[in-house]
Amino acid sequence: MKRNELAGGIFVTLLFAVILATPFAGGSSYHLSIGISLLQYAVMATAWALFSGPTRYVSLATGSFFGIGAYTVAVLGDFLPWPAVLCVALLIGLALALLVGLATLRLSGVYFVIFSFGLSEMIRQLVSWYEVNITKTSARYIFLDITQQQIYWQLAALLALVLAVGWWIGRSRLGTALRLIGEDEVVAAHVGIDTTRVKLALFAISSAFMSVTGAIMAPRWTYIDPSIAFNANISFQVLIMALFGGASRLFGPIAGVIPLVLMIEYLSTNFPNHFSILIGAIFMIIVYFIPDGILGTISARRPRASQPPLAAKAPRTGAAS
Amino acid sequence: MSALLEVNGLRKAFGGHVAVDGLTFVLWPGEIVGLLGPNGSGKTTAINMISGSLLPDKGSIRIHGQEICGKKPHRIAAMGIARTFQLVRVASGMTAVDNVVAALAFVGPRLTGSAAEVRAVALLSQLGLGERLHTIAGDLTYIDQKRLELARALALDPQVLLLDEWLAGLNPAELLEGIALIQSLRTSGIAVLMVEHVMDAVRALCDRCVVMAAGKLIADGHTDAVLSRPDVRRAYLGEDDEEKVDA
Repeated sequence: MKRNELAGGIFVTLLFAVILATPFAGGSSYHLSIGISLLQYAVMATAWALFSGPTRYVSLATGSFFGIGAYTVAVLGDFLPWPAVLCVALLIGLALALLVGLATLRLSGVYFVIFSFGLSEMIRQLVSWYEVNITKTSARYIFLDITQQQIYWQLAALLALVLAVGWWIGRSRLGTALRLIGEDEVVAAHVGIDTTRVKLALFAISSAFMSVTGAIMAPRWTYIDPSIAFNANISFQVLIMALFGGASRLFGPIAGVIPLVLMIEYLSTNFPNHFSILIGAIFMIIVYFIPDGILGTISARRPRASQPPLAAKAPRTGAAS
Repeated sequence: MSALLEVNGLRKAFGGHVAVDGLTFVLWPGEIVGLLGPNGSGKTTAINMISGSLLPDKGSIRIHGQEICGKKPHRIAAMGIARTFQLVRVASGMTAVDNVVAALAFVGPRLTGSAAEVRAVALLSQLGLGERLHTIAGDLTYIDQKRLELARALALDPQVLLLDEWLAGLNPAELLEGIALIQSLRTSGIAVLMVEHVMDAVRALCDRCVVMAAGKLIADGHTDAVLSRPDVRRAYLGEDDEEKVDA
């Protein structure tokens, strides 16, 4: 435990040292743009894993919450001061997550996955319908005086916040409840855990981070329409990054984000025509060969210090009736 | 003295099949009661309704006079009813001690941190798992997983403990240990309702037995008296078998 905490401390110190140094290192705007992508996915994959990691409810709704945040900026960016826009994005993300969560968190396993995927599509269609029929626009322009550097710093702050929240949850009763729900939801309910409320709370916290990320990222586009904002690829990429790194550990998703964002960047620049095929193949390889993620695979190869040797196990007797 | 648990006219049907039909019995503080009956007689359905896993169609369940029918499992756990499962359920990826720590955090004294750990270690040691505190629950032997399940139930500091075939699948030596463990709960004042097929254990432990057949209550009384009743034997063994036994 102590060794893990030390490793975590060193990791987070190094991570933020690099994050803080990057804009001052005299890199080009291209480097800053990669930094932004890394931070964006680091926040979202960490937020995704806050809920989906311990509960094992695989959510494909990331894109919809990200899109909600981005669209909030497109609609309100000109009228409200920037901090207020971010707050509204956060509140809309929270409200939508609570609404959707109440309806769906009773679903389990594959039904939840399908619903969360359908949600993105539904929201995209609803926003498209609203824009075309009510506001008579098919797209919006975002002209805000926010620089790349400012986006970078906001995302860095958001990453610090999501890690702090994750650290706090891991040590709270909420974290204990989540872990037990992930292990066995029936048992969790029978030891006094209000499983619906716990799942709902975490789904909402996780989704709010995604909405705020969407809002912070929105000024990067000057033009936004529903298919840009509610991009299903975001949901899949966040999921695969979190799984690749290891969704059951706080820093796991970041370990997945760094190589995959760089790889996606490389493939999309160098193989623009074959990008989808390549990334699909890579995703399959990851799921097949590293189901526990990078950190999970590393720690599985280390003997568990806290566990007595397996030889101490008595032979299994009897069987369930 | 008032009854701890009162079950009155409990009914549950699955489609056209009535699994439990008008079940009525009471549980007094500190007693161990066997809930008996052949397979499919509705015992586990009754346990599931009392613990909140299933919603009864009709009837009432009261603990200390307070209605719990229709409440969610976590609310019922908070009101003092703990259970184990017919097929043992432990959080197999967590250590034994973490399994119990998780159960200490939400009801009763709501212990966390080192206080929870101290209590979990005490409970596990009491149930003979003192040497396996940090073993991953999935790596425990079958009886140890059962012990862990019991420790987790006791962590809730319950007034009523529902054991669903907790002694099933144990070898003779483990069975003796298991019986001694349940016997030791008697001094703590917990009322135990145990679904059980192991008749030696029922005779050794139960003050009273409630017998079900095809969803209905057919007997409720002192263990020896109930087990010697012809209708109970018929329900368990079937007409032909009973004749063979008598012959």
